[in-house]
Amino acid sequence: MSELTHLTLAQARDALRSKKISATELTKAHLNAMEKARVLNCYITETPELALDQARQSDARLTEGNAGPLEGLPIGVKDLYCTKGVRTTAASRILGDFTPTYESTVSSNLRQDGAISLGKLNLDEFAMGSSNETSAFGPVISPWRRHADPEAKIVPGGSSGGSSAAVAAHLCLAATATDTGGSIRQPAAFTGTVGIKPTYGRCSRWGIVAFASSLDQAGPITRTVRDAAIMLRSMAGHDAKDTTSVDAPVSDYEKAVGLSVKGRRIGVPKEYRIDGMSLEIQQFWDQGVAWLKDAGAEIVEISLPHTQYALPTYYIIAPAEASSNLARYDGVRYGLREAGRDIADMYEKTRAKGFGSEVRRRIMIGTYVLSAGYYDAYYIRAQKVRSLIKQDFDSVFAAGVDAVLTPATPSTAFAQGEQGSSDPVEMYLNDVFTVTVNMAGLPGIAVPGGCAANGLPLGLQLIGRPFDEETLFSLASAIEQAAPKIEYPRPWWA
Amino acid sequence: MSVDPSVVRRIAHLSRIAVDDNEVSRLNGEINAILSFVETLSSVNVEGVEPIASVLPMQMKKRPDVVTDGGIADDILANAPAREDHYFVVPKVIE
Repeated sequence: MSELTHLTLAQARDALRSKKISATELTKAHLNAMEKARVLNCYITETPELALDQARQSDARLTEGNAGPLEGLPIGVKDLYCTKGVRTTAASRILGDFTPTYESTVSSNLRQDGAISLGKLNLDEFAMGSSNETSAFGPVISPWRRHADPEAKIVPGGSSGGSSAAVAAHLCLAATATDTGGSIRQPAAFTGTVGIKPTYGRCSRWGIVAFASSLDQAGPITRTVRDAAIMLRSMAGHDAKDTTSVDAPVSDYEKAVGLSVKGRRIGVPKEYRIDGMSLEIQQFWDQGVAWLKDAGAEIVEISLPHTQYALPTYYIIAPAEASSNLARYDGVRYGLREAGRDIADMYEKTRAKGFGSEVRRRIMIGTYVLSAGYYDAYYIRAQKVRSLIKQDFDSVFAAGVDAVLTPATPSTAFAQGEQGSSDPVEMYLNDVFTVTVNMAGLPGIAVPGGCAANGLPLGLQLIGRPFDEETLFSLASAIEQAAPKIEYPRPWWA
Repeated sequence: MSVDPSVVRRIAHLSRIAVDDNEVSRLNGEINAILSFVETLSSVNVEGVEPIASVLPMQMKKRPDVVTDGGIADDILANAPAREDHYFVVPKVIE
């Protein structure tokens, strides 16, 4: 059965269409792999009956010859997407047994195209974290291990840690994810997978539990660049229910995979050579530059002068928006309720018990920076600096640069408990290379480029012009071709 | 800028999150660590810079002012922790 789970999404699609395999056997192979991998804690909720039912419907459509673009392909869904009739937790206790009576637009688009959902994937609580250690359902363990201490439990990154680990461990062909400051690209880089955050507005946010609405975007995590292109085409599109979703046609991104990148201008930002960057990461980045140069791209040094302010700006804007979005969890309409002596006491006790410590901290920071007397000094100033960060990118693209190449993360994955326990800021630094992209609303893709000396994967990031995801797919596939092939870990957990 | 325990309690109350005494000192340290991390923004020259409103140059979309949904009270109440008929039930608010 295991060879079925080792197909890429594209290979499985072609095998289904040529009737070499059935959706039912493909789904069963994945359900079997999931059952053996529960120690990794990738799924919060498995939905085997639903998946097999959907597989039977797919097999019927494949036989009838009216299959959708993703017909019969089993995927995992980050448990931040509301799914009709299936419990949705956001990895928080505060949602209790919340079972949506509606389906998010993106997961509905995937279903419409024939994809099969295997279950709901673990994440950091409300997508707030970079290691999947803040989940109320326990941390996810990466399938990857360090050479030096193979018993150490490596984190899969976050917040989409269930998505990245499940894809790397072959527990689904692809997964949905979301990215507010790096939550698709950082976990992809940590697990040797591909993750794209499209341009803000490319995917509908409707039905996805909101964290920071001006930054949140949906996107896929997959094992190949082609698979990411296939997934994004089905996920993207205009939705009248999200006023920030953009009414522009969705390209057939798969056609961009493998296109020549000859003559493309790639910017290498000097400000990303941050203090304390390890020699290994610097050399890895240089290697990425060399791969694109060999593929015919032109390399130019660029300057993004406000880079150093992106992370501090993020840690004002994202908590501010989160404090507003998470005000809805009041113990009245859904989720957990703790009894109190009056309604205010009920709110306070419910929210104290329901939210984990990282979420409570961010709500409080957000409340503070929006409160009377501090609003201008913190929030408005941060929104101004955000304008400057965006203008940095605008000038670079106006000068003819097609895409920007950076490392995806400042290090490889670490082990559980190694970061952020004494100082929350240490964990925040994981997003130093990814957060600028959300600030400016741009598309960004993380693509694996090989492994570090410790045995863990490293990822490169490409940042593109608004709505030019196609160029990112072409460039990422050029890196994929040139880089050493990722050998995913053998299933030590099974 | 930094906060003291009384400010931490005030923020917690504004956030409608109950905190006990042990938590206040821990939160105080964590919040101050984050505030000192974002302090660097005060050195940026933002003279004449507009605060960002949207990353995309787009007009807010409008739709006709008509009813497009409704009549789904059971759906809306389906996850309520306490309800009676088609009402959410909350602790008594008015004496």
